Amino acid sequence: MLEYEFMRNALFAILIMTPLFGLIGTVIVNNKMAFFSDALGHSALTGIAIGALLGIVNPTISMIIFGIVFALLLNRIKDLKITSRDTIISVFSSTALALGLIILSKNGNFSKFSNYLIGDILSIVPAEIFALLIIAVIVLAFWVLFSNKLYAISLNASLAKSKGINAKLIENLFVVLIAIIVMISIRWVGILIINSMLILPAAASRNIARNLREYHVFSVIFAMFSGILGLVISYFGEVATGPMIVIIASLIFFVTYFIRSRIGD
Amino acid sequence: MVEKCGYCCTKIRNINVSFGEKEVLKNVNIHIHCGKLTVIIGENGAGKSTLIKAILGEVKHTGKILFKDREESGSKIKIGYVPQKLDMENSPATVFDVISSYTSNSPIFAVKSKKKYNEIYEHLKDFGAEKLIDTKINSLSGGQLQRVMLAIATMPYPDLLLLDEPISGIDRNGKEQFYQNINELKENHDLAIILVSHDFEYVKKYADKVILLDKTIIAKGKPEEVLKSKEFVERFGEV
Repeated sequence: MLEYEFMRNALFAILIMTPLFGLIGTVIVNNKMAFFSDALGHSALTGIAIGALLGIVNPTISMIIFGIVFALLLNRIKDLKITSRDTIISVFSSTALALGLIILSKNGNFSKFSNYLIGDILSIVPAEIFALLIIAVIVLAFWVLFSNKLYAISLNASLAKSKGINAKLIENLFVVLIAIIVMISIRWVGILIINSMLILPAAASRNIARNLREYHVFSVIFAMFSGILGLVISYFGEVATGPMIVIIASLIFFVTYFIRSRIGD
Repeated sequence: MVEKCGYCCTKIRNINVSFGEKEVLKNVNIHIHCGKLTVIIGENGAGKSTLIKAILGEVKHTGKILFKDREESGSKIKIGYVPQKLDMENSPATVFDVISSYTSNSPIFAVKSKKKYNEIYEHLKDFGAEKLIDTKINSLSGGQLQRVMLAIATMPYPDLLLLDEPISGIDRNGKEQFYQNINELKENHDLAIILVSHDFEYVKKYADKVILLDKTIIAKGKPEEVLKSKEFVERFGEV
């Protein structure tokens, strides 16, 4: 299968993207942000729609800008002292999705954008892979600098602040980072699928990890394994790649869940 | 062991907090000396946690918190804080991971620094918790977790230690050990400590000073005085 250039490109993209998902997923799961990243994925459609309305040729730019604004807004809602945060995030998520669909479906044009729903990894080109590589370097640098602090904040934000950690700033930087990663990769991964790629490897790793190092290592390995195997199976089975990756990641989750219930904590 | 001085002090002056129209704390003045345990008691909603958050600088307030150290250099006060709980449901982290995340810049997701490990191990000894260093945080008992949280708050040792009702749901042995840890911190490290508590039996035994709070200070003094005061008996009955 690697004799085809599009398959080689897809493989490179997966080798860069999936470890990123595995890495940032660890904090998304720690901080119980699954709803958040789901809403962010949905908002991509509004970003594309706004881009289309403004006549921006490359929708990635309008998606990233809208995604960052949306992510910061959601992060603010998270800090409000209310009990129904999940509900409010859902309202925002549905609104963003519906708004995007309405604008894009005007004049019956939606089929042009339907690729964004499940993504198409086979369409990626070398320049885009290079952009992913730059993002990967930025995420790794961010992780070296701030992952301890993100974990400290997730355990108790007041305690983190008493240690001089600027919780607000670090959380905002993190959600901006998620927004950029989600918006850049959504064309290849798909709005309906991206959240599973962020959550499943970390959730599976959490089932069996015995410390934070194992938590990260397993999450990255599971993400990469699902990505590569998903690509291979989708090639030979002639099915869409993204959903296949998710199926494999789900299977890993169930296996690790079973292992954990057998051996206990 | 730090030599006692009994000189440095923290003055909490005229603290007022309002949430919108609602006045939560009014004109609170507290004078705390190093090497003393001050316990804040009060009913639910009396503003105890809010006062702790105000001292931490997390809640908007008027008034001042002044700190005078041994040299009167007016240096910034170092505050240690022990919260009510950690949000660690299902967490894969060990005690080492958790303490490192608050006290180390070396990225724990990638490396387990030997130097940091030894440092944390030595520090945990102060609380009799060194054997817990590789234990997963969510398999600790309430009392063990309490000692780990004390270790986090005291690394490095602060000038003022704030504890916000940290021992709810802990058995008798755990409570006794906790108060002994606090007492040792006070004696050996000359810390000024503010503790929010409901355990009047232990308050009587260990506190140097008790403050009864109900939006403002309504009684203060030695434990036996406050626990016998009219204001206390009206709220909690005889103890």
